[in-house]
Parts: sequence; C-alpha cells; structure tokens
Amino acid sequence: MRDFEYIAPKTVKETLDVLDEYQEDCKIIAGGQSLLNILKQGLMAPEYIIDIKNLEELNYIKFDEKDGLKIGATTTHRSVEFSDTIKEHYNVLSEMERHLATVQIRNWGTIGGNLCIADPTGDVAPPLLAMDATVIIANKDGEREVTVLDFGVDYYETVVGPNELLTEIRVPVIPSNTGIAYLKYRIVEGDAPIVGAAVAFTLNEKGACKKARIGMGGVAPIPIRAEKAEKMFEGEKITDTLIEEAAKVASEETTPIPDIVASAEYKKRVIGVYVKRAAKLALTRAEKAAN
Amino acid sequence: MKKILNVTINGTPYEIAIKPKTTLVEVLRNELNLTGTKRSCNAGGCSSCSVLVDGKVVNSCSVLALQVDGKEVTTIEGIADGAKLHPLQQAFLEHGAYQCGYCTPGMIIAGKALLDENPNPTKQEVKEAIAGNLCRCTGYVRIVDAILATAKKLQEEAK
Ligand SMILES: Cc1cc2nc3c(=O)[nH]c(=O)nc-3n(C[C@H](O)[C@H](O)[C@H](O)COP(=O)(O)OP(=O)(O)OC[C@H]3O[C@@H](n4cnc5c(N)ncnc54)[C@H](O)[C@@H]3O)c2cc1C
Ligand code: FES
Ligand code: FES
Repeated sequence: MRDFEYIAPKTVKETLDVLDEYQEDCKIIAGGQSLLNILKQGLMAPEYIIDIKNLEELNYIKFDEKDGLKIGATTTHRSVEFSDTIKEHYNVLSEMERHLATVQIRNWGTIGGNLCIADPTGDVAPPLLAMDATVIIANKDGEREVTVLDFGVDYYETVVGPNELLTEIRVPVIPSNTGIAYLKYRIVEGDAPIVGAAVAFTLNEKGACKKARIGMGGVAPIPIRAEKAEKMFEGEKITDTLIEEAAKVASEETTPIPDIVASAEYKKRVIGVYVKRAAKLALTRAEKAAN
Repeated sequence: MKKILNVTINGTPYEIAIKPKTTLVEVLRNELNLTGTKRSCNAGGCSSCSVLVDGKVVNSCSVLALQVDGKEVTTIEGIADGAKLHPLQQAFLEHGAYQCGYCTPGMIIAGKALLDENPNPTKQEVKEAIAGNLCRCTGYVRIVDAILATAKKLQEEAK
C-alpha cells in the first residue's frame, strides 16, 4: 500500500470542504472493508484519505410515518441488522443484512460504503430498488436526491463526484398490503452473492397486484430493475403461472458479466429462479399483510 | 508523516506513532508484539485476525489503525484471567477444537463476541457467528461444540 496523508474531519461540513479542496487526489474511507483491499492491491493510490468512519453525524436510523426511513451513510451493516425500527417497518433490510458478508465485516462496514463501492453483486441495492429508495448526495454547494435506480453509472462507478459525499439513504413509507422479499444465490455463508433478487408486491382491495417492483443484483454492470416483468403483474391476479412467465422475462432483461464464479448464461438462468422464489415469498407476505 | 494513535489494548493504554496506512493487525503484531492475532488472507476473507473493538468483533487486517483511536481493543492475549484460561479457551482445549491452531484465536474471539451478545445461542446462531472464520484443518463440529458447551457452562455458573 502506498503512503497517504490522513484526514479525519469532525463534521459533514468539514468533510465537504476537504473533498472540495482535494477532489481527485483524495478518496473517502468509511469502514474500508472494500477500499483497503483496493489500496492493498495497488489498484488506487490516493494522496489523501478522508476518514468518515467516526462521523457520528451520519450514524443514525430515523423513521416517521410521513417521510419514511432515513439511514445515515456511516451506519454500520450490523446497526441496520439489529435496529428495532427497521425490523418493525422494513424487515427485509434486516433479513438482507443478517446474511451480508460476515459478522466481522458487518460490524465495521457501512451501508453507504456498500452502495458507493457499487459492486453489482452488492446486497444492499436490490431491496432498496424494490422499495423505490433514494440517496442524498452532498457537496460544498448543496445537496441532491438521486434514486437508487439512477445511482449506478457502470461497473464500480456511481454518480457521486470526487467532491461529493453520500450522506443519507431514504426509503419511502411502505404502502399497506405490501410484501417484500430478498433472496440471493451464493455458495457458502459469507461469500458475496452471485445473483440476488428482491421483489415487492402491493395488492389492491381485490387482492390483485397494484404495484410490483423487482430489483436484481449481479446480473448487469449495475443493480437493475426488471421493469418489463414488473408491468406484467400490475392490475393482474398474481398466480404461479404469471410468476413463472414474469421470471423468464426478468431473466431476459439482464446482461450479466461473466466472471470466475459463473458464466453469463448461468447467471441469466439462476436469476430467473431467484426472481420466481422471491416473488412467491413476497406474495405470501403481501397476502398475510392484507389479512 | 506519522500520526499518533491513542488506543487501549487489553486494558493498557498505548500512544504509538504510526504511518497512516498501518492496519490494526500490523500495530498489534509488528509494533506491540501481540502475535496471538493471526494474519492470513489480509483481505477480510478468513477472519483469523479477529479482535474486539469496543466489544464488537472485526477483522483487524481490514481496519485502519487510526480508526480505533480512543477505542478499546481486546485480543486473544487479553481474555484469560491471569493464569486461568478464559472458559472458551478451556473448552477449545477440552474439545480438541483445533489442529494447526492458526484459526483458533480468531474463532475464540468470534465466539466470545457471540456469547457476550447472546449468552444462550442456538447451534445455528453459533454457525452464523463463525461463518466468516475459516478453518482449514479440523472442520467445524468441535469448534461449534466447544462454543455451545461454554455457553451452557457459563449459564449454569450464573444460576
Ligand atoms: C470478504 C468480503 C465479503 C463480502 N461479502 C459481501 C456480501 O456478501 N454482500 C455485500 O453486499 N457486500 C459484501 N462485501 C463488501 C462489503 O460488505 C462492503 O463493500 C462494505 O460494507 C463497504 O462499506 P465500507 O464502509 O467498508 O466502505 P469502504 O470500503 O470504506 O468504501 C467503499 C467505497 O465507497 C466510497 N465511500 C464510502 N462511503 C462513502 C460515502 N458516504 N460517500 C461517498 N463515497 C463513499 C469509498 O471511497 C470507496 O470507494 C464483502 C467484502 C469482503 C471483503
Ligand atoms: S487475515 Fe484478516 S480476514 Fe484474513
Ligand atoms: S486448526 Fe488449522 S486452520 Fe483451524
């Protein structure tokens, strides 16, 4: 690892000033669970490291019935996993976190860092996509809200500029009669997923589908939604046959990158299976919520 | 340029000048000669380097040392009570829960983190708690047994 200058700002404002000053010459470290590996491999050699790990200002989980959920960027995976607020209103996030990486990584890694590293297999993005989540990105001159859908640009690349900081993740209030599930495929506990699918169904009074969302990870350079498959559900009674057909369409919407673990064809097939399973579980949960 | 790190390790406060790129495991092993903590993959993938930071188990190879400034670190050297082994250490001995021993400090630290949070875990919870700790020798049965036996023993002692 190359030497660097180390700066640990005490506030968000100070962080934004430092980022503005050093731009491309600096890199943010949050938990460093991904960044340190990149630095150790010499893939990157920033002159300045800006440490936000101990920025308590961004370590929070807040909820209200109007604006929904707000998670500060430096909140650890483990805090999300154990949060009673999240278990009560967004349990799918707690379930997702329980199986993200390992206890050791969850204790130090942050939810903001997970989104910003933009590994397409990341576990955090698919359930956020299924819930229409957004993120707040700040720079010295102000902040903007971007959907998680528009957050990724390419493989390991996001819309966050060199002078910018992701400060918050927002998830709208979950409508009543909604069921959400996230399932992923991996070889052993602790491994990063090969593919993952999150499905959310909101049912209308008649029990048919009012709204469907399908978020997918590991099947394109960035996390994506299966928008064609989502449309097949809307207004329809959700049956096993419909789930089967929509899962096929979802699989066709993917453009997986082959890697050492799996070929593109393999990922395309497996995501179909996971969309199907997640859809069935989401439906069961939505029906339970409606009763 | 070196920076000063103030950290409490196994109850002893230290003030150490380090290069900012130094990881926690490097401070422990190279600066303080606390070689009980093992470094294997150096990439977050094996957890042999597990230590507790403010009671939470982390991979010390994947923590920038300056990030633990002001915090308390516990390593395998810090859990025994003088000459009396920690109950988990004793249970690992009694169950033969190791062969080469390279994963053992990490396993015991991960086990301790679990029992501190959840004194009465199920077998599944034990497995999840050490899911990141790789052992290439023994398999996991005796390790899981040792942690469960410790939980039981501590529960009984507390009665
Ligand atoms: C062995 C191993 C297994 C893993 N398994 C999984 C898995 O199963 N599922 C999964 O999803 N992930 C997995 N990961 C990835 C890991 O969990 C996350 O990438 C990690 O939590 C990222 O958070 P961090 O705080 O450590 O980020 P860091 O490593 O500190 O930062 C990551 C990147 O984001 C940038 N950054 C961080 N925070 C911000 C911010 N607030 N604003 C702007 N930029 C920011 C940094 O500059 C850097 O480029 C695994 C990693 C390892 C090493
Ligand atoms: S040496 Fe730290 S996780 Fe392998
Ligand atoms: S005893 Fe050798 S690695 Fe576990």
